[in-house]
Amino acid sequence: MSIRWLALVPVLGILIGVSFANHVTPYVLGMPFLFFYIVLWVILSALSMAVIYKWDPQNQSRGGDR
Amino acid sequence: MQASALLITFGTMLLALALGLAARRKRSLNLEQWTVGGRGFGILFVFLLLAGEIYTTFTFLGGSSWAYGVGGPTVYILAYGAIAYILSYFLLPPIWRYGKRHQLISQPDYFWRRFNSKGLSIFVAIVGVIAMIPYLQLQITGLGLIMQTTSYGAINQATAMIIGVIVLAIYVTISGVYGTAWTAVIKDIAVLAIVLIVGIALPLHVGGFQAMFEKINTLHPHFLTLQTNGMGVPWFISTVLLTSLGFYMWPHSFGAVYTAKNERVFRRNATFLPLYQLILLFVFFAGFAALLIVPGLKNTNLALLAAVQKVFPAWFVGVIGGAGILTALVPGSLLLMAASTLIAENIYRPLTKAMDSQVQTVARIMVWVLGAVTLYFSLHSNATIVALLLMGYNFVTQFFPSVVLSLFWPRVVNKYGAFSGILVGVALVIAFAQNSVPIIWHLNSGFVAFLANFLTVLLISSLSGGGTVLHEETV
Repeated sequence: MSIRWLALVPVLGILIGVSFANHVTPYVLGMPFLFFYIVLWVILSALSMAVIYKWDPQNQSRGGDR
Repeated sequence: MQASALLITFGTMLLALALGLAARRKRSLNLEQWTVGGRGFGILFVFLLLAGEIYTTFTFLGGSSWAYGVGGPTVYILAYGAIAYILSYFLLPPIWRYGKRHQLISQPDYFWRRFNSKGLSIFVAIVGVIAMIPYLQLQITGLGLIMQTTSYGAINQATAMIIGVIVLAIYVTISGVYGTAWTAVIKDIAVLAIVLIVGIALPLHVGGFQAMFEKINTLHPHFLTLQTNGMGVPWFISTVLLTSLGFYMWPHSFGAVYTAKNERVFRRNATFLPLYQLILLFVFFAGFAALLIVPGLKNTNLALLAAVQKVFPAWFVGVIGGAGILTALVPGSLLLMAASTLIAENIYRPLTKAMDSQVQTVARIMVWVLGAVTLYFSLHSNATIVALLLMGYNFVTQFFPSVVLSLFWPRVVNKYGAFSGILVGVALVIAFAQNSVPIIWHLNSGFVAFLANFLTVLLISSLSGGGTVLHEETV
């Protein structure tokens, strides 16, 4: 299974997960929970893409530089 | 010293014009190059440039306006950027490869070549221009509001918008796309600093972050979440999808993809671009603080400026005005330029087979024509800046089904399908807009149009003989 499927995780985390995060409390880092939740997934998006970038064979050797 | 605000704002504007004029003589660096790749620059420099690149009037005034007026649903702005960048990892490399192989320059070129249809490419160019008008309009609206505020009301909004359009058109005419690069550098650094200052200082002014949100939550229950009617969870999901799928469908963004040196750049950028979204949080914070500092504004687009005006001295209002002018001027000039070029290169030229010099003249004239059209809409509208951008997305995302299907599943799409799909999508968007239906069945109405478009592409393509995109052209 390709590491690229990992990209689906933040997408689902945001689009599906939001239904469970749609409340004000608890406040995290001073933010209402909904805002914290989306911020968290924005960071996790970057992390997921970094992992994919690292392990995707397309970025190894000459793959990406054609 | 209220005059200092206006002085600083106008000074910035003149400086931008002067820099544009200077850049015309010495073509320095191509704006799109660093938007896409940032090759040859240091990492910190690239970070600053890219971080600033996402700041247009939309984020500066629009983001705070929505935090102020709509509340919780504003988080869609954070979410759609992240998903758009995730998508870019998979979407941009094939677009780039195909463009490279066929030496394409613009978005209509892609449709012309991929579907072998001149008519389709002209149609796409027309829809592209229509989509860019609300995007331009929001920059003009921003320019007008900033001048109105920094003059402390001495210049009314209509006059300010007229000045804004004229400055924008002059700016494009004298400097062209190359002139914006240095102005963009100044803009990026100024805006980054200001967003952080304002986004921290305003919440502290009303008692700190959590205290601020608690107060808002007491005053306006349910304001800080997605609402149960109107902009609820289904609206959020459909809007995030609509806008993230459309993110790279803007004619100017699509065209910029072709300027990258290699396809790896896109995949690398996808790993850190989502983080830039986080700086928008501070814009939202400023908007929420404004709700406590200057409650009851009729025009929510003014939220950030009005709060700043109340809390900071006049000279700082001027600095913010100056930075705000640049956030409207730089992307505005890029958009105005791109839309004029679309009309000249992708509509006028194929229809008339005109020579280069004629095409250039048409492009120059179109800068002023589009400026006038945009001004007309700006003067007759009181839409929020975010609503304007969403309107642009309603149009531009209609390209997505045809682009993606032709890239990844060429056997299921042909030019008839693509044409009718986009036509159905755009017609629905216009119908919804005419009847002021931004939300239908709890969904963003643009997303509903997008779904109808997608189905139409598949249906009409299969009825008209299936995919005609050549198999060997699969990318």
